[in-house]
Amino acid sequence: MKARVHVMLKDGILDPQGEAVRHALGTLGYGGVSGVRQGKVIELDLAGTDRVAAEADVRAMCEKLLANTVIEKFSIEIV
Amino acid sequence: MKAAVITFPGSNCDRDLVVAFEAAGFEVERVWHKETDLPRGVDVVGIPGGFSFGDYLRCGAIAARSPIAAAVHGHAARGGYVLGICNGFQVLTETGLLPGALMRNAGLKFVCKVVRLRVDAVTDFTQSYGLGSEISLPIAHHDGNYTADANTLARLEGEGRVAFRYTNNPNGAAGDIAGIVSDNRRVLGLMPHPERAIDARLGGTDGAGVFGSLMGGMALA
Repeated sequence: MKARVHVMLKDGILDPQGEAVRHALGTLGYGGVSGVRQGKVIELDLAGTDRVAAEADVRAMCEKLLANTVIEKFSIEIV
Repeated sequence: MKAAVITFPGSNCDRDLVVAFEAAGFEVERVWHKETDLPRGVDVVGIPGGFSFGDYLRCGAIAARSPIAAAVHGHAARGGYVLGICNGFQVLTETGLLPGALMRNAGLKFVCKVVRLRVDAVTDFTQSYGLGSEISLPIAHHDGNYTADANTLARLEGEGRVAFRYTNNPNGAAGDIAGIVSDNRRVLGLMPHPERAIDARLGGTDGAGVFGSLMGGMALA
């Protein structure tokens, strides 16, 4: 079983890297991109088979380490 | 007075921090991050600058969960002093000992230069400077853009916990914040490097006041 964690800056937190990417896309002629937010995807290989327990575990991992909840939000997919 | 300086894989200001503490009269022990206890009788823990764990995941995130981190937490909870500089400040926000977070510089560039700072709070780390005085310290960071929610920023300002403020903001930090203290004022985190400014032959002595203040305050206590 795998878990896929998406970590993104919270809405309202300025993402200077996303802004730089948006700028570069504009330079390439993609003027229609009005916003870019950059985050990360973390894949975990999990030993267990209980999806509910796995999701609870991964949520705790996000809160303790994988995301900084001061500035970041996260979502979890069990796949 | 005794200081402990923590070293993580990727720390690169730990030796300078040892020299700065020693120059102010501290006895210093160096502590590897895998230790689970601080040496006995430590008054202040120094968390140095650098790139702990290669800045993997987030700056300071892995260091904040290393074995020694729990001991640093305990030391702070007992009212002990903690000084986190640059990556050390990032580690302190990641551990929760200081509020907020350090984000990528607004200009996206690594900034390495000497900046002017105003001392905006009287604490045991800053008392020798005098409130409102201006000093020059080097900065060298990519992620020094201090951010916190509006309530936290208001609390820091209201409680007079902004120890150092940039006079010309180099990184986009909220409120020009360069350094803050904890609510008991015993934990200081700052992005500028006082330990790199303790010798007139090597770029000035304005940083010595942090270590001297601490020594003076402890001697009185």
